[in-house]
Amino acid sequence: MREPRWLPWARVIFLGLLGLFTLTPLYVMATSALKPLRDVQGDFNWIPVTITLQSFSDMWRTVPLAHYFVNSLVVSSISAVASVVVAVFAAYAVSRYRFRGRKIFSVAVLSTQMFPGILFLLPLFMIFVNLGNALGVQLYGSRLALIITYLTFSLPFSIWMLVGYFDSVPAALDEAAQVDGSGPIGALLRVVVPAAMPGIIAVTIYAFMTAWGEVLFASVMTDESTRTLAVGLQAYATQNDVYWNQVMAASLVVSVPVVAGFLLLQRYLVQGLTAGAVK
Amino acid sequence: MVVSTPSRSGAWRGAERGGGDGGGGRITRLIPVWLRRAGLPYLLILPAVLLELLIHLVPMVIGVGMSFLRLTQFFIRNWLAAPFAGLGNYRVAVDFDSAVGAALLHSFLVTVAFTLLAVGLSWLFGMCGAVLMQRPFRGRGVLRTLFLVPYALPVYAGVITWSFMFQRDSGLINHVLVEQLHLTDERPFWLIGGNSFASLVVVAVWRLWPFAFLVLTAGLQNIPEDLYEASAIDGASWWRQVRTITLPLLRPVNQVLVLVLFLWNFNDFNTPYVLFGKSAPREADLISIHIYQSSFVTWNFGSGAAMSVLLLLFLLLVTAVYLALTTRRRSRA
Repeated sequence: MREPRWLPWARVIFLGLLGLFTLTPLYVMATSALKPLRDVQGDFNWIPVTITLQSFSDMWRTVPLAHYFVNSLVVSSISAVASVVVAVFAAYAVSRYRFRGRKIFSVAVLSTQMFPGILFLLPLFMIFVNLGNALGVQLYGSRLALIITYLTFSLPFSIWMLVGYFDSVPAALDEAAQVDGSGPIGALLRVVVPAAMPGIIAVTIYAFMTAWGEVLFASVMTDESTRTLAVGLQAYATQNDVYWNQVMAASLVVSVPVVAGFLLLQRYLVQGLTAGAVK
Repeated sequence: MVVSTPSRSGAWRGAERGGGDGGGGRITRLIPVWLRRAGLPYLLILPAVLLELLIHLVPMVIGVGMSFLRLTQFFIRNWLAAPFAGLGNYRVAVDFDSAVGAALLHSFLVTVAFTLLAVGLSWLFGMCGAVLMQRPFRGRGVLRTLFLVPYALPVYAGVITWSFMFQRDSGLINHVLVEQLHLTDERPFWLIGGNSFASLVVVAVWRLWPFAFLVLTAGLQNIPEDLYEASAIDGASWWRQVRTITLPLLRPVNQVLVLVLFLWNFNDFNTPYVLFGKSAPREADLISIHIYQSSFVTWNFGSGAAMSVLLLLFLLLVTAVYLALTTRRRSRA
């Protein structure tokens, strides 16, 4: 590609500004977490004067952060795994069978993505209260209710992406497995799933991230004992007297697992997006 | 669930094609072959369908029902006893002379302006970033990874950091503007008043442009290298290549990307909620927050439900028109 002479300069300047915009908050988060309280209360300082790890140990005591952390971990992992299992079966049906209602199913599932969350938040809340009463268990405020809710949030995208992945696995492969005596489910589990593993991992990460970052439903459907990081941290940061150094340290710590997972697997996510977008 | 239906390859890819079928499983042998084969795809999508019904469709239908009730806090325990309001909730919501209607209209307009700005800027940044990083250069991989971090970060962690940066007395923004650049003498407020709208747009773009970048980078990888080489031999300039190869071939990707960005921003609750708390400043009163507040803070669920239904209808309309327009243009091209 012949590039005009100004392009390298434009590239450096534009990408530089974009990098500054993108990375400044990350820098602020990391450096403020290392400052003592008095240094985050006055005027902002680009370079920390005193460096201390105090906030990383204090934050666990100011709010029950460890408790929120465990709640988030439980809810996000279970909903991610369950969502992917459900999505694998559904995507297999859509990819390999031409059944009546296939098109409607795909469109309907995807279109749930556009529902304003606020529309079904309250009815869902009522369903969980009433269903819980009918079954004699407390669903509202429980982790189970949150897990079921979150798993449907990532389901549409997961199905869509996995259909793309499964389509790229040659049907001849699972036909061969069928000749060898596996049923369709056997062919799915033994041939298609291993071949589409990158996609499945990417979708799992996506589902985990979705649950880990959700705020709206968590703010209504959890109580003190099931509170997740999303709600706990938000409350932490809107107190009257905010310990910004601790809040930044906490933000940093809760971000590390998802960011690391995402960055390690971004290659697969890009592949998945590509596979889905081709169609 | 026991699902084992060994069948021969002829039956593959569609029940309608038929074909020879081998033996059967222990239990499934009792089920007629045609039912087994026709039923399997339905069995496979059943969990997904049930979950979507439980979490999305049934609540949505109930939500629509609630919008016709005068559902205030007195009826929360037994909401079926709430008096029927007919179209009353809707009438109040679209009566722009009343306080409720005027506030809703204002919030709607704020959301439209916010969405246009946030989608436009996110797409522009993502597009420029992806195109400028199409050719390999030293450090490209690292830069790509760094650019994706805001999208990978949990929403609240990123937005909380911004709200720290926007603090009037201890934030970075005022430090730079007032102490370092001396643009104003007075430290402005960023999270209340007129500036809060700008703050909201900045945070939304920061969070979403990496997604546009990710999708467009993936789209660019699908454009065959030969196209650029062939056009270069023909003497096409870089700018011409962008216009005649890159942009047209990205059209299907852009079609989906812009729609997704639009829906996300229009429904965005997380960013304003974490940035401003339960009640947003008037200038940045996005529709989701507005409805949340009219439902949970003023305890008027019927009215909140009616507003959500109106929002859904609006989004359906926009999506339908958008898809009709973009798809027609694509098939004509």
